[in-house]
Amino acid sequence: MTGEIAAILAVDGIASGAIYLLIGLGLVLIFAVTRVIFVPFGDIAAFTALSLASLETGTRPGTVALVAGLAVLATLIECTALVRAGALSRLPRALLFYLVLPLLPAAAVWLVAGMALSMPVRIALSLALVLPIAPLLDRIVFRPIADASVLLLLTVAVALHFALSGMGLLFFGPEGVRTKPLVDAVFEVAGLIVNAQTLLIVVAAVVFSGLLFLVFEYTLLGKALRATAINRTGARLVGIRPATTGTIAYLLASLLAGISGVLIAPVTTIFYDSGFLIGLKAFVGAIIAGMTSYPGTALGSLLVGLLESYSSFWSSAYKEVVVFGILIPVLLWRSLSMAATDDEETEE
Amino acid sequence: MAALLAIENLTVAYDKVEAVRDVSLSIEPGQIVTVIGPNGAGKTTLLGAAIGLLRWRGRMSYDGLDLRRLDVEARIERGFCLVPEKRELFGDLTVADNLLLGGFTRRRDRAGLKQSLDDVYGRFPRLSERRRQLASTLSGGERQMLALGRALMSRPRLLMLDEPSLGLAPLIVREVFRIIASLRETGVSILLVEQNARAALETADVGYVLETGEIVHSGRAADLMHDPRVTASYLGGH
Repeated sequence: MTGEIAAILAVDGIASGAIYLLIGLGLVLIFAVTRVIFVPFGDIAAFTALSLASLETGTRPGTVALVAGLAVLATLIECTALVRAGALSRLPRALLFYLVLPLLPAAAVWLVAGMALSMPVRIALSLALVLPIAPLLDRIVFRPIADASVLLLLTVAVALHFALSGMGLLFFGPEGVRTKPLVDAVFEVAGLIVNAQTLLIVVAAVVFSGLLFLVFEYTLLGKALRATAINRTGARLVGIRPATTGTIAYLLASLLAGISGVLIAPVTTIFYDSGFLIGLKAFVGAIIAGMTSYPGTALGSLLVGLLESYSSFWSSAYKEVVVFGILIPVLLWRSLSMAATDDEETEE
Repeated sequence: MAALLAIENLTVAYDKVEAVRDVSLSIEPGQIVTVIGPNGAGKTTLLGAAIGLLRWRGRMSYDGLDLRRLDVEARIERGFCLVPEKRELFGDLTVADNLLLGGFTRRRDRAGLKQSLDDVYGRFPRLSERRRQLASTLSGGERQMLALGRALMSRPRLLMLDEPSLGLAPLIVREVFRIIASLRETGVSILLVEQNARAALETADVGYVLETGEIVHSGRAADLMHDPRVTASYLGGH
């Protein structure tokens, strides 16, 4: 391998690492606040890409029907629960949050699909359309078992993944899509040709992880999210509802996943089930950091991206094997070094 | 006067074991009420049920509201707070952030929060010195003060304190009880659960003695202190 090839592979690896980074941060955020390892998280990215592609070709995205179905189901569940508890005064609020707000972007997309829209409008609509999916799934699937063990939550998340890929096939069909490039330029950096799209991916990853950091560090909302992650009972005792912070975590994380979906759509062909593998690789990045550290997840995701890029050069048939193969030494090292400091994890 | 907290025939069970059985007690506004009793008598369970963290049977009302209708967070919003035995602080956040989150239910009242924060720092100068430190680095006494300060940030009307003196050095225990007594002047009602029976009875107006999940004695704190049945078991005789 010459130095030039190594550099090209590095640029490539950093770009895919940046995608895994955005998704990995979302995975860690959801896990920290809700204790759910949200397996179908990559699907959020893929569904954004598919919605964007539909809007580009002027067809109505399948996401509209998916969101509408989930919103109706979540509303029914929430309202039944409220009626049973005799809390009728909270019904209007429930209707607003579970029916009106999720359906607003869906209705907008349903109306304007087919019109000629500018690229920023298409992107904004796709993001807004996909945002409610994870919070609605949370209400339908995870809220009723919120106090269950992490293992049970994970098992349910795996089942949810299979259900969601089935729905993906139903709503989006089996065809792959690729969207128009967001930017069309080529730069030369130190004798190396760098695609503007690659640069955009890296810049977006830096900007949005920076924003996430600012939210955590300087806003009451971010601190409430961290407080829920650190001590759920403590959070409840100061009046923070874990269900609410959970919803916010799902929303923030979905935004990150949606953005990564918009970013990869022009460079990779996306199918209804492409999200799973992307999510799984982001998960490997997060696991390297023990699912707890945000900077660690960023580094882990970059490592996964680079590893994938170099291994596809040596032997592209084995690139997935190499990426998932590093899980074994990482888990061994984690379990050996965690054994001494296990007491944190034992409280439920 | 109507009771601020009224508990009637409360029973709390873990699976089939009843940790609290048929307990009734009430707190008038402005009162300090203490529940004393040995380890394992069900004191922490009683408070856990009252704040809504545990399932319970019986009747409980706070400020005239049926507590069956309120979840933990709704209790906090209405000024009914618990400082738990385990403190439940946010270890990876700073002292200042812990206090800030203590005022979460009043987040729209910025001026009021600032005033409460100054008040807490005035009451606990140690917290002010350590405001930038992570809560996990505090000593036992400081952690207790932070837990108390965090609860005060929500401007409670009824504060339940679970073993506030547990694991603290005698000098700090005295300090904690001094602070509890001083809270009375701000109009906060207090339900104090303690193993340190003498200090608790000296501070409280009314006392209850809890043994194996049931209330065996109750009365004015001053009377309980001279009740031979209580002195023999809890005050080491005298």
